[in-house]
Amino acid sequence: MIKEYLKLDKIQGPLIMLDGVSDVSYGEFVKIVVDGHDVRSGKVIKIDGSYVVAQVFEGTTGISTENVAVQFTGKPLEISLSLDILGRTFNGVGKPIDGGLNISSSYRENINGRPINPVARQYPRNFIQTGISAIDALMTLIRGQKLPIFSGNGMAHNEIAVQIVNQAKIEGATADNFAIVFGAMGVRHDDANYFKKSFEESGALDHVVMYLNLADDPIVERISTPRTALTAAEYLAFEKNMHVLVVITDMTSYAEALREMSSIRGEVPSRKGYPGYLYSDLSTLYERAGMLKNREGSITLIPILTMPNDDITHPIPDLTGFITEGQIVLSRELNQKQIYPPIAILPSLSRLMKDGIGAGYTREDHVDLTNQLFAAYSHVQDIRSLAQIIGEDDLSELDQKYLNFGRKFEEIFISQGNNENRSIIETLTIGWEVLRLLPKDELDRIPPEMIAKYWEV
Amino acid sequence: MKNKGIVTLVNGPVVMGSEMGAFKLNEMVTVGEQKLIGEVVILEQDTATIQVYEETEGLQAHEEIVSTGAPLSLTLGPGMLGNMFDGIQRPLKKIESISPNFIPEGIGLLTIDPEKLWDVTLTVKVGDVLAAGTVYGTIQETNSILHKLLVPPNISGTVSVVKPSAQYRLEDTVVELKLPSGEIHNLTLMQKWPVRKGRPTQERIPIYKPLITGQRVIDTFFPVAKGGTVGLPGGFGTGKTVTQHQLAKWSDADIIVYIGCGERGNEMTNVLEEFPSLIDPRTNRPLMERTILIANTSNMPVAAREASIYTGITMAEYFRDMGYDVAIMADSTSRWAEALREIAGRLEEMPAEEGYPAYLPSRLAQFYERAGCVKTLNGDEASVTIIGAVSPPGGDFSEPVTENTKRFVSAFLALDKKLAYARHYPAINYLTSYSSYVTTLKDWYAKNVSPEMMYIRGKMVKLLQEEEKLNEIVQLIGEDVLPNDQQLVLETARTIKKGFLQQNALHKEDTYVTLQKQYKMLKVIDVFYESALACVKMGIPISTIRKVPVYQEIIKMKYDIPNSNLELLDKLMANIQVSYNELKAKYQE
Repeated sequence: MIKEYLKLDKIQGPLIMLDGVSDVSYGEFVKIVVDGHDVRSGKVIKIDGSYVVAQVFEGTTGISTENVAVQFTGKPLEISLSLDILGRTFNGVGKPIDGGLNISSSYRENINGRPINPVARQYPRNFIQTGISAIDALMTLIRGQKLPIFSGNGMAHNEIAVQIVNQAKIEGATADNFAIVFGAMGVRHDDANYFKKSFEESGALDHVVMYLNLADDPIVERISTPRTALTAAEYLAFEKNMHVLVVITDMTSYAEALREMSSIRGEVPSRKGYPGYLYSDLSTLYERAGMLKNREGSITLIPILTMPNDDITHPIPDLTGFITEGQIVLSRELNQKQIYPPIAILPSLSRLMKDGIGAGYTREDHVDLTNQLFAAYSHVQDIRSLAQIIGEDDLSELDQKYLNFGRKFEEIFISQGNNENRSIIETLTIGWEVLRLLPKDELDRIPPEMIAKYWEV
Repeated sequence: MKNKGIVTLVNGPVVMGSEMGAFKLNEMVTVGEQKLIGEVVILEQDTATIQVYEETEGLQAHEEIVSTGAPLSLTLGPGMLGNMFDGIQRPLKKIESISPNFIPEGIGLLTIDPEKLWDVTLTVKVGDVLAAGTVYGTIQETNSILHKLLVPPNISGTVSVVKPSAQYRLEDTVVELKLPSGEIHNLTLMQKWPVRKGRPTQERIPIYKPLITGQRVIDTFFPVAKGGTVGLPGGFGTGKTVTQHQLAKWSDADIIVYIGCGERGNEMTNVLEEFPSLIDPRTNRPLMERTILIANTSNMPVAAREASIYTGITMAEYFRDMGYDVAIMADSTSRWAEALREIAGRLEEMPAEEGYPAYLPSRLAQFYERAGCVKTLNGDEASVTIIGAVSPPGGDFSEPVTENTKRFVSAFLALDKKLAYARHYPAINYLTSYSSYVTTLKDWYAKNVSPEMMYIRGKMVKLLQEEEKLNEIVQLIGEDVLPNDQQLVLETARTIKKGFLQQNALHKEDTYVTLQKQYKMLKVIDVFYESALACVKMGIPISTIRKVPVYQEIIKMKYDIPNSNLELLDKLMANIQVSYNELKAKYQE
């Protein structure tokens, strides 16, 4: 028999405290009935003897210490999963919010997941063509990678994410085994609609599962949203052998929700008030991406975060960068120059690309070309700062060539249309085209035989 | 009878229990029905606080806490090499066979395989008096490593029984030792040792030889000593992990212990896939045969992350006691410090700087001080070298972990974001890095490589510093207006950077470079500088100097000249001299 507790000891923010509770387990799922009809859910976050603290996902507004009936279900928060989730929209705890029926399935999974054993992982090596030159050539996305977009408010991160989702060519993925999981934490209604509309237009909606927690939804649910989304992704990838592309946005709102909860719980804050476990917490999300040796499917994760004040050293991008396998950084400066996608090349990086590009994957010249473009564009930055002081006209001839290269690199290589889908060969060809603006002996990162083969055309 | 307590409080990885007066500090316990593994960290009257190494979800108040009677200890014996463990020495392959793909909680305490049979050669006879640390048997554990069975520290006695050399399991008794007290002590193939306690040695001896890594910027510019301590700080994307992997691959240590502490799962998978196929240049055997991996990835329980560092160093000390040179790569010590912080926060301890507990510096010191060059109990010379990566938030080196690490390490290899952005790898900053081993190892280099080597190194460092100063001027007025000799400094510094400091980890010839080649490459650059300087003094413009064909060969020498054919470098030196003499002669006409 399940016991009901009818009196709360204390309510503070999204937390409720009860006294005199027995047989409750840590992390257990709690059902709270307010005024006899309003059913909410919660989770046990602290047990101190018979004193229990639980957080309420839907918020505590309207709860009094006496108008509730609290049940401890004896189970952690689990969601039901079946292939029927494709094409559906849910809230952060996995309840349908599209007016459809609940998912009925005997397959239930704890949303916290479990760490993947490193010996069971398969190291990701397969190149995903996104059709975006800057990404494909310089920070190649690999199947099973976690590659975040570091953006700022008002920049085109949503467009880039949609373009990646629409154009991604994943090896081994067909119409039947490809799925998109979209998790939104604290995003505006407009943004959520933009994604929905874009998926609809591309005809992908049948393959999309959405987990939405919008800006005005309760924050406790915001913390469970990415977990629910990733649990669905794990189910599709590792139970149903699908190739899953997961987009979760905005990690900044997520981390802020975590900070809010932490401060309500009176925990010792670390940098900028974020809890000391922010790193561990973020990693339990990001590390759920990947591939397993004995499964066909894969989870490729693209988290989006907006850097407060465009500051890459802020704890959220900083800790994210330490966990994810690279990052795509957007640049305010390029954005102002009306360059789309405004990808800042130098701080961006893909850690897995070295094993997924070159002969046998993309093309033999890819690695060297990438290095040369990075090195040359990095040199352009030095010359630009020099030009600001002495003026462009006083620069040496070589420096002027570099400046020209820099301009063209931004205008024809980085810049492209938001529907323009370039093949990797087209991308590499444009790369060589801009390099030809430099004298041949400046190409010190490319072996002579590659220069002979690709430069001379 | 086993001590038992009762769970009263659960807060993440921190659990409190009552009725635990008989428990000892740092004792290992199992918590609840699932038998989660934990360690007692605070005792107060009859309540104890426990840090639990596994996920505590599902744990209830009133569940049982059972003592194991011992502190967190490792089982040290054959079977560790080539294996991958979690933070408390549980083999991940074994866990995988129990529960595929994901790591469950409550699998209990596993350790190295007790069932495997080992070919043991016993080297003692009845009547022998064995002191602590004496070898009583050997096992060829892998083709490269002979595992020596050592009498555990604090035990000595007379051999009363010796089994014949044959195949034995880990826990089989092979020698019986009669202790001075008259008791019989059974020696098996393994011994237990608590992780938080350093293993004893006879004495520390001064550091005198380098850990050769095959990485030019390290071996030549900022050498690391066997038995030394190194801090390797860098923000994300600066190549910490690649550098650590390079060191793990090519260092001339006998054993490598690689601790992936709170890092990415795929990185550990990469090591597991890559190392077995890489060949150790010294033994011609797969690198995996000398490597132990410890993986506590960032999403694995945080308390085990705190323990993983100690697990690694204890394994290292065990192999050191056999007389081996061991090197530890800890990637990253910041994650370990953060684990300390996280647990301290849950214990509601008073935070010091940036929320870290006040004992952070002393814990760091305790860790780094376990490195050293020693005379083992058996009288052998051996060493443990620690290379600790640090991940400063925002790449800011003034944060507490980097700052405190700097106090306890002798070599500091600072990874630089700007160099990484320009794809200058390894992105070790050649101006802010330092190594106090330059002086310690001067004699070794003079004797074993060349008396000139450290002298030329000093000269090159000076040129790089000069370049840095000149760069400030160049940024204001451009390079062309500088006098010729200063332009030559810039040109030479560029050559040092491109031709020497930058090293391609993915290039077959360049990934590992012998000391001899490093010295000769350095010498080539020096010869170039001196020859070009003579030209500059005659008024030959730098653009002409740059156009001499041999100049391009200098930058490419790292790729074009293999480790096995260093005469080509001598030829290159001669060629440089000839070419520039010709230039001078032509100019004089």
